[in-house]
Amino acid sequence: MLSILKSLWTVLVTMFRKRVTIQYPEERPYLPPRWRGRIILSRDPDGKERCVACHLCSAACPVDCIALQAAEDETGRRYPAFFRINFSRCIFCGYCEEACPTYAIQLTPDFEMGEYLRKNLVYEKENLLISGQGKYHGYSFYRVAGLAVGGKDKGEAQNEEKPVDVKSLLP
Amino acid sequence: MFSVLSVKDMVTIYIDSKPYEVKPDQNLLQACLTLGFDLPYFCWHPAMHSVGACRQCAVKLFKDEKDTRGRIVMSCMTPVAEGMRLSVDDAEARSFRASVIEWLMLNHPHDCPVCDEGGECHLQDMTVMTGHVYRRKRFPKRTHRNQYLGPFVNHEMNRCIQCYRCVRFYRGIAGGRDLNVFSCHDNVYFGRHEDGALESEFSGNLVEVCPTGVFTDKTLKRHYTRKWDLQTAPSVCVHCGVGCNTIAGERYGSLRRILNRHHRDVNSYFLCDRGRFGYEFVNSEKRIRSATCLPFSASGGKPHGEESRKIGKQAAVDQITKILASAKGVIGIGSPRASLETNFLLRKLVGPENFFAGLSDTEHRLVARIVAILREGPARTPSLQDIRAADAVLVLGEDAPNTAPLLALAIRQSVRNKQFEIAAKMRLPAWDDNAVRNSGAGARSPLFVATPYATRIDDIALRAFRADPVGIARLGFAIAREIEPSAPELPLAADGTGQDIPALAREIAAFLKAAKHPVIVSGTGCLNEQVLAAAANISRALCLAGPSAQLSFVLPECNTLGSGLLGGRTLDEAFTRMQDGLADTVIIAENDLYRRAGRREVDAFFRKARHVIVLDHLRNPTVERAEIVLPAATFAESSGTLVSSEARAQRFFQVFLAEGDVQAGWEWFDDLQRSMGKQPPGSETRLDDVTALLGREFPLLAPASSAAPPASFRVAGQKIPRQSHRFSGRTAMTAGADVHEPKPADDADTALAYSMEGHEGAPPPALTPRYWSPGWNSVQALGKSPQETGEETNSGESGVRLIEPTGSAPGYIGPETIGSEDWEATVAPPRYRIFGSEELSMQAPAIAEMARRAEDIPRQATGGNASHE
Amino acid sequence: MNETVMVLIRTFGILAALLSVGGLLIWLERRLLALWQERYGPNRVGPFGLLQVVVDMVKVLFKEDWVPPFADRPVFVVAPAIIVIVTLLSFAVVPFAPGLAVIDLNIGLLFFLGMSSLGVYSVALAGWASGSKYSLIGGLRSSAQMLAYEVFMGLSLMGVVMQAGSFDLARIVEAQQDTWFIVPQFFGFIVFLIAGIAETHRLPFDLPEAESELVAGFHSEYSGLKFGLFFLGEYLGITLISSLVAVLFLGGWQGPWLPPLAWYLAKTFLFIALFILIRATLPRPRYDQLMAFGWKVCLPVALLNLLATGAFVLLKG
Repeated sequence: MLSILKSLWTVLVTMFRKRVTIQYPEERPYLPPRWRGRIILSRDPDGKERCVACHLCSAACPVDCIALQAAEDETGRRYPAFFRINFSRCIFCGYCEEACPTYAIQLTPDFEMGEYLRKNLVYEKENLLISGQGKYHGYSFYRVAGLAVGGKDKGEAQNEEKPVDVKSLLP
Repeated sequence: MFSVLSVKDMVTIYIDSKPYEVKPDQNLLQACLTLGFDLPYFCWHPAMHSVGACRQCAVKLFKDEKDTRGRIVMSCMTPVAEGMRLSVDDAEARSFRASVIEWLMLNHPHDCPVCDEGGECHLQDMTVMTGHVYRRKRFPKRTHRNQYLGPFVNHEMNRCIQCYRCVRFYRGIAGGRDLNVFSCHDNVYFGRHEDGALESEFSGNLVEVCPTGVFTDKTLKRHYTRKWDLQTAPSVCVHCGVGCNTIAGERYGSLRRILNRHHRDVNSYFLCDRGRFGYEFVNSEKRIRSATCLPFSASGGKPHGEESRKIGKQAAVDQITKILASAKGVIGIGSPRASLETNFLLRKLVGPENFFAGLSDTEHRLVARIVAILREGPARTPSLQDIRAADAVLVLGEDAPNTAPLLALAIRQSVRNKQFEIAAKMRLPAWDDNAVRNSGAGARSPLFVATPYATRIDDIALRAFRADPVGIARLGFAIAREIEPSAPELPLAADGTGQDIPALAREIAAFLKAAKHPVIVSGTGCLNEQVLAAAANISRALCLAGPSAQLSFVLPECNTLGSGLLGGRTLDEAFTRMQDGLADTVIIAENDLYRRAGRREVDAFFRKARHVIVLDHLRNPTVERAEIVLPAATFAESSGTLVSSEARAQRFFQVFLAEGDVQAGWEWFDDLQRSMGKQPPGSETRLDDVTALLGREFPLLAPASSAAPPASFRVAGQKIPRQSHRFSGRTAMTAGADVHEPKPADDADTALAYSMEGHEGAPPPALTPRYWSPGWNSVQALGKSPQETGEETNSGESGVRLIEPTGSAPGYIGPETIGSEDWEATVAPPRYRIFGSEELSMQAPAIAEMARRAEDIPRQATGGNASHE
Repeated sequence: MNETVMVLIRTFGILAALLSVGGLLIWLERRLLALWQERYGPNRVGPFGLLQVVVDMVKVLFKEDWVPPFADRPVFVVAPAIIVIVTLLSFAVVPFAPGLAVIDLNIGLLFFLGMSSLGVYSVALAGWASGSKYSLIGGLRSSAQMLAYEVFMGLSLMGVVMQAGSFDLARIVEAQQDTWFIVPQFFGFIVFLIAGIAETHRLPFDLPEAESELVAGFHSEYSGLKFGLFFLGEYLGITLISSLVAVLFLGGWQGPWLPPLAWYLAKTFLFIALFILIRATLPRPRYDQLMAFGWKVCLPVALLNLLATGAFVLLKG
C-alpha cells in the first residue's frame, strides 16, 4: 500500500523534470554513423560495384523485401542484374548488412524517406547505388577471393601462390 | 516407420553406449547416417561406396565395455558387427574430424559468395558441422588454373578438396575416359588433359557428385539462383522414354535448373545431360505465350506470322467452339510427348473414332506390337534397378546410350555385377569399392551389343555385332532357337552375309542361359518389327528354358507407351480421311507432324484442312500452319502423368504458374468441352477427376491415378510447400511492377502449394520438391530422407507400374506374321544422337551447342573389346 | 411552461458540457501522461495542442464504420451505445451546484448504482457480439469484475447514506456542511475510489481490455464511431466517478470564497487527474489478484466500515 503511494509520488514529481523529447523538425537529433536507416549499395576502392549478388542479404531479410538477380560480366565478375528493396516492407533491422560478405549493402543514418505513394518506396539498383565506399573503406572482395576476374588472374589474390604447374612432377 | 526386416536380420551396435539395430551388410558410416547421426563425410557416396580417401568420417571404436581408450577408425571403411561399441560424440574423434576439415580448407579460395555451390555445398555443411571457423595457417594458398569443360559444366579447381568423387563417378560409374587426376602430392588436379567439352553424356552428374563448387552447372550460372530461392516441384524428365525423376526449380518465371530426384527403381542417383540440361526449352524465345488466331483460314499455306493476332483465352475457346460446331468432321491428333491427361481429353473432345495417336506410322505399328508383347509376356519389363542387377544383358538393335542414356548407364553398372560376385566369394563387403574393383580385376558380366552402328557401350561388351536391322533380327531369332529349339527361324540372307551369326548366337545363348537374371534390351530404334519379335522370342525362349528373363523396350518419347496404351488411329488414316473429305478440321495437341510423316503428305493434309488448331509450347513447322494456336504449358507449368518405357506411370507436378494464356493441354480441352456443353458449366475439372475418368474408360490405365498422392493429400493437415522455408524476396519480387503483393496462387490440382508454408518434414517420394534436412543443405541431404534411411514403407516409391505380363501369349512370334516392309531393309536405319535427336531439348542452347559440336567432330565410339580401366 | 424550458436548457446544457469534457479528456489524459513521463504530449495542433481533440474526433468520425462479418450485427451495433447512455443517465442525478442538476431524485444514489450496473451489459454484449475469442474473454472478465466490485461499491456508500440520512445526492452534499464525509468515511472513500476505477475499467483494473494479452479485449473488433463511443463512455465514466467522489466525500459544491460550481469542478478535476496519475504509475495486476483483492480486502473493509458507521450512528442517535 505504502509502495503504491510512493510510486504515485515518484511519478507525480517527474512533472518537474526536464523533458526528453526532441522537438524534431526544429531540433535535429545526432544520429551515429551506425544508425540503421536508409539502405545503400556501396562501391569498392576501384569504384566498381561491391555487390557480388550472393543473395545472402535477401536470405537474411526477415520481411523478404530484397529481391535481386545475379549476372556475370564478360570478365567473370558477378554483379546484380537488378537489385530491389521494397522499403515499404523494410524494418531496418540491419540483418542484410550483417550478412553481406563484401560490405556492399550498408545502412545509413538517414530516415527521412516519407512518400505519398507506396510505389515510390520501391528502390531499384540505380536508387541504391552510391558512388563511394560508405562506412567501410579499403575493402574489395575480389582482391581477397581466389577467383579470376577482370584484371586479376589466378594466384594474384591476397595471400596466394602462383598457379600450380600441373605437368611438373617435382616434389 | 516400421522396419520390414525382422530383428534377426539385424545386428546390435552401441553408439555412445546406446544400443541400435542396424542392417549387417553396411559400413559404420552408412549405419550412423541411417540412424540419423550427423557424421561428416566427403568421399563416400551411396552409389559409389567407400574408399576411405577423405578421412573425414572418423569415429572412435572400443574393444568392449571396459575399453575406455578406444581407437579412431574411418567409419566408412569399418563393417558393422554384432555388439560393436563406438562413439560418434567422443571428444578425440570430434577434434580429429575438425582437424581434417581444417586441413581440407587450407587452400580454399574464400569465394563462397560468388560460388554457385554456396548454400547447397556439402563442404559448407560439413565445415559447420565440425565447427571449424577460422583459418589459422598464415602461408599463401595454392592455386590452380581452370579448364573449359564445355557448355554444361563449369570448372573452378581452387575449391577442390581432393575427395576423388568426380573421377570415381566419371570413370568408374559413367565409363568416361577424358576426366582424370593429374600431377602429384598436394598439387593433384582433376580435369581433362586439355581444355574441351567433357565427352561423357553423364558429365552433368559431376555437379551433384562434387561435394563442393569445383564442378557447377553452367546453364544455371547464366540465370543463377540460390537453392533456397528456387520454387521447386517434383517432376519427370520429358526428353526420352526412361522417365527419370527430377526436381525442377524456377525463379522469376523462368525454369532455372533440373536436379536428380532419387528413385530406387528408375534413375537412382544420376541423370543424363540431355535430361539435366535440356530444360531450357521452357525459357525459349520460341515459346508460344498467347492464344493467336489468323483472320482467314490457313489453307493458303503461306507463312503468316505477321498476320496472326492475339485473341485471348476466352475468345480462342469461343472461336474453336464455333468451328467445331460447324465442322464436317473433326480429327484430333494426340502426341507421345503430351501427358496421358492431354491425350485423353482430346480423345474425349473429338470422340474415340476421331482420335489419332500422333505417332508416325512405323512407330505406331511398333508400339502396338510392344504393348502386345509386354501385356502377354511371359517376360516382365524390368525397372532400371532390375537392369542394374542383371548378370547378362543383350542389347538387340537399340543404340541405348543415345536413345535411353540412363538405361545404358544401368547396363554399364550391371556389367560390374561379376566383380561383386567375385568379391562376395572372397568375403569382401560390397561397399568396399577399391577392394571390389581390385578383386574383380576388370571382370565383367556378359554384355552383347547388336546394333546397326557403333555404340558407346561397346567398350564393355563381350561381343559387339554390327548389322542392318534384318541382320540383327536374324541374330535374335537364331539366339532364340539356340536357347529353345522350338522357336521360329528367320532364314539367313540369300547373299550370304551374316555367316558369323550362328556361332555368335550359340555363344550368346549359352551366356544368357547360364545367367540368373538375363535382360534383353530392344526398342523402336531400328524401326523394325522383326527386331522386336526376335527380342520377344529370346525372352520367351529364356522363360521357357528356366531363368526369369526380363525384356526391356526402349521407346523414343516420354509418353510413347502411354500413347500406345491409349490407342487411337494411325496418322495415315487421318491423312486419308482428310483427303477423302470426311473431315475438314484438325486439332493437333503438342505434336509437330513434320517429324511424324513426310513433308509432302503433311503439306497435302494441311492444304486440305479448312481449320487447323494447334496446341503446343514452341513454334515449329506445324504451328506455322495453324489457324488458331493455343499456348500449351510445358512439363514445368502443368501437372500430368507420363508412362515410361518400363510402363511406369509417373506424375510430374507444376513448378510455377505460366504467364499469358498458357495452360496445360488437358485444361484447354476441358475448357473446350465445357464451352461445347459437354461438361456442366461452372463445375471444375481437376487433374484427379481426369485421371479418375481415364481409369474408368481404360481399366489398364486405372492405376495411373495413384502414380502420386491425390490433391487432397495432406501431411498433418498441411500441403507440401514448393518454396523452401528460406525463400527470399517475397515482398520485393513483384514490387517493381506493383507494390501490392499478390495473393499466393491456390493449387487445386495437386497436394503442393505455391508457398513457403506447409509441411516441413519429408513428404512421400512422389511429392518431394527438394532434399533438405537441418544442417544438410546440399543434395547429400537425400541421405537424410526417409527413402534412404529406410523409414519409408507405406507411401512407397513414386509412380506405379501399369503392366505385369499375363503370360497369355499363344507362342513365339513367327517372322512371317510381320509385314513385308520389315523383311528387307531398304533404307539405312536411323542414327540417333543424345544431343540432337530429341525435339524439345534441342531448343536448349547448351544442348544445341553440343549437337553442333558432335556434327563437327563425329564422336567415335571404341568398338570391340576395349581394354578395361 | 417556463419550468419545462428551464429543465430542457439545463439538460441539454449539461449534456453538451459533458460531451465536450469527454472529448477534452482525450487531450488532457495525453498531456498529463506525457507530463508524468518526461514528454510533451500532443503540442502541435492549435495552442497547447488543444485542437488535437478536434483532429482526433475527425479521425474517429471518418474511419470506416466496419462490422466484422462474423459479428452478431444488431447487438454489435447497440453495445457501444449502452455504455454512453447509462453513464449519461447517471449524470442526471449529480448535483453540480445548488439547484443545478437535471433532476433532484430522492433515491439518486440508488439510481446511480442501478445505472452503473447496467454498464456491464455494454461490455459483456460487445464481447459476445464481436464473435472473437479475445473479445469474449474480455467481456467475461468484465462481467465478473463488475459483479464483484459492484457489491462493495454499494456497501461503501451505505456509510455515507447512514450519516446523511438520505439517498438524495443534494441532501448528502448539504449534510457535509461541517465535515466532509472523507473524514468519518475514510475507508468508505478508499473502497469507493478503488471500486470506481474498477467499474470504469481504467488502469490498473483494465483487465477486460488488457492490450498485452487480449489485444484490446471487448472492443478488439470495434473501429470508427463505435469505437469512439466506447472511448467516450470510458471518459464519461471517469468524470462520473470523479463527480461522485467529489459529491459524496468532498462536500460537492461546498467551499469558501469561490462559486459552488467552481468548487465542484475543481474537486472533480482533482480526481480525474488522480485517475490519470494512477494510470501513469501502476501496473496491471493478474486477474486472480484483482478478484482476490476485491473479495478478500475491499469487501471486508466495506463491511467493517458499515458496521462501525452503524454502531456510531446508533450510539450518537
